[in-house]
Amino acid sequence: MATAHDDMSWVRRNRMTLTPLLFLAPGVLFFLAYVIIPILQSFNISLYDWDGLGQATYVGLDNYRELATDRAFEISLWNNVKWLVLYLLAIPAGLLIALFLNQTIVGIRLYKSLFFFPFVISQVVVGLVFSWFYLPREGLLNAVLGVVGLDPINVLGDPTLATYGIIAAGLWPQTAYCMILYLTGLNAVDPEQIEAGRLDGAKGWRMLWHVILPQLKPATFIAFVVTIIGALRSFDLISIMTNGGPFGSTRVLSFYMFEKALSEYGFRMGYGSAIAVVLFLIMLVFIGYFLWSMYRDEKAARH
Amino acid sequence: MLNTLKATVGTLALSAGLTTMALAEDLSGTLRIISDMSNPAPRAVMEDLAAGFDEQHPGLTVELEVVDREAWKSQIRNALTANPPDVVNWYAANRMGPYVRAGLFEDISQMYANGDLPGLDSVKGAMTMDGKQWGVPYTYYQWGIYYREDIFKELGLSEPATFDEEIANCQKIIDSGRKCYTIGSKFLWTAGGWFDYLNMRTNGFDFHMQLARGEVEWTDDRVRETFANWRKLIDMGAFIDDHQTYSWQEALPFMLKGEAAAYLMGNFVVPHLREAGLGDDQIDFYQFPKIADVAMGEDAPTDTFHIAANAQNKTAARAFLQYVTSPDVQSKINAADALGQLPVNANASVGDDEFLQQGFEMLSNNATGGIAQFFDRDFPAEMAALAMEGLQEFMVFPDNLDDILNRLESARARIYK
Repeated sequence: MATAHDDMSWVRRNRMTLTPLLFLAPGVLFFLAYVIIPILQSFNISLYDWDGLGQATYVGLDNYRELATDRAFEISLWNNVKWLVLYLLAIPAGLLIALFLNQTIVGIRLYKSLFFFPFVISQVVVGLVFSWFYLPREGLLNAVLGVVGLDPINVLGDPTLATYGIIAAGLWPQTAYCMILYLTGLNAVDPEQIEAGRLDGAKGWRMLWHVILPQLKPATFIAFVVTIIGALRSFDLISIMTNGGPFGSTRVLSFYMFEKALSEYGFRMGYGSAIAVVLFLIMLVFIGYFLWSMYRDEKAARH
Repeated sequence: MLNTLKATVGTLALSAGLTTMALAEDLSGTLRIISDMSNPAPRAVMEDLAAGFDEQHPGLTVELEVVDREAWKSQIRNALTANPPDVVNWYAANRMGPYVRAGLFEDISQMYANGDLPGLDSVKGAMTMDGKQWGVPYTYYQWGIYYREDIFKELGLSEPATFDEEIANCQKIIDSGRKCYTIGSKFLWTAGGWFDYLNMRTNGFDFHMQLARGEVEWTDDRVRETFANWRKLIDMGAFIDDHQTYSWQEALPFMLKGEAAAYLMGNFVVPHLREAGLGDDQIDFYQFPKIADVAMGEDAPTDTFHIAANAQNKTAARAFLQYVTSPDVQSKINAADALGQLPVNANASVGDDEFLQQGFEMLSNNATGGIAQFFDRDFPAEMAALAMEGLQEFMVFPDNLDDILNRLESARARIYK
């Protein structure tokens, strides 16, 4: 009996382990080559002074020391925080619209499509449309303000307003995205629980808070994830609408990194990498949280 | 994008037994050119150049690749390092720095020394770095104040020669309910043009270049004086409002509609004004007026061709550089109906156009201070980027000047090392 078992080749004996490993291998390889190794390279380059062409000189933590005194970096960092906080408004706004649209009337599909439309068009187009909307003289915004009797404002030309103006533009498609997530979520809400809630006398806010929202938790989680990612990827809108200006007041870390490392006047690869590392560490906090909560949920599901 | 002009003419000629006819020194192989002349008119010029050179040399195949002008500013690095072409477009002066230092541009001092490039003596300086020449220019253009002639006439104004006259004119323009200057500073460099001129006129060309080389502090009183002159214009409301929101093209309508009377700009603005319907009796040009008693310096950005250090066909590349800078080709490509700019060869003729003639006259006779390239080409890239941001901020919030200058001064201390 024992010999028969020994006769089986090593591959055969271990195939239960090997098969999943083999299936995973291509993904893991590409993930290593295109994600993990570049991250480590960024860490490495951030310790050098390098223009991307000539010899790189090791400067230790000098790039980080310079970051600590760089006002443009500080502004970018704060703008990232503003983006992260204000972008989350897309979640309640999306929920609100989803609840509003979650009814059966004639042509509801059309309304849903119209609300979803801004997410389908490119961010570049959204940026352009909003920069026209904000134009100081011809823009619709100032026309409306004029009717109400307010003074015109130049949203994108005012360093105190510009970032908020761009975030508002970003919220338009992001709200649509959250809305569609909640609409699918609402389809999965159990009608029996609602019925039970009704019998117990719950309606309005109490119904929403205690019966509907707990069932929408998976949708909320995904909406949270995509919104955080969206906030950290806010590059294209900024590039289109203000190009980081006026005088650098609308930069975020990703845009600043691009300017320092890859733009026309940049090519400080080490400094750009240092910014990228800081951005990565910020993202790591969120990634860590997401992974942890997914792990927790799966563990709960298994038991 | 790849535009192969002629593929197999050389081999055909060989098989037809025409080899005996070919000149012993004629060029062979392939010449690869990457050009950033992607706007319609320059693109046509570049394609003609490549085709013309190809025709002259039956044994040679010219391969031309035209890339977007803005994209080229970051693509050139990859292009020069991996599988480099033979000839590329770039800019003169400090902008060559990174590629010269990294050994990616070919040193062509020998060509200048041997007299292979006759007529280029006056532009040689802009191509010189570390005492050597690294390429040839093919076109340049003047900067100056382009203005609405009809508005000047209506208000009874004449072209000012001094800053006081400029301010007096401007006051009259403002009193007529217009702005003196349009400008779109969203992409910052237009503010650099204003600083170039104000600083060159206030402190002279040499001082301006010292500042560009990092030899003068930004907090220097002379720099402050430049800003004080600028502030005079800002405080009287000479510039259009909200300029930080507009690109330079988006600022054009102010001048077209007559809401602003003038535009400090390069000569490339002229076709835009004409296409928008302004006649030659409505637009004119004058040199930036005198401020202090210093020799006039001018901005005249120069665009260039370079040979890649790792080029495959350097013989053909050198011949192409000679071809591009020869008087006939220079006259042709810079003519009013082609690039509409100034030829770099002293023996070439200037296009038949009032602005080209005026510009040429100005740069030849009234730019005794010296010829600068432009703010973002004379200053090191990083300094230029920070400084232009400061200049834009100054134009919007002139009271922030101290803060801006201190910031630029600490940047200077770091960047020039």
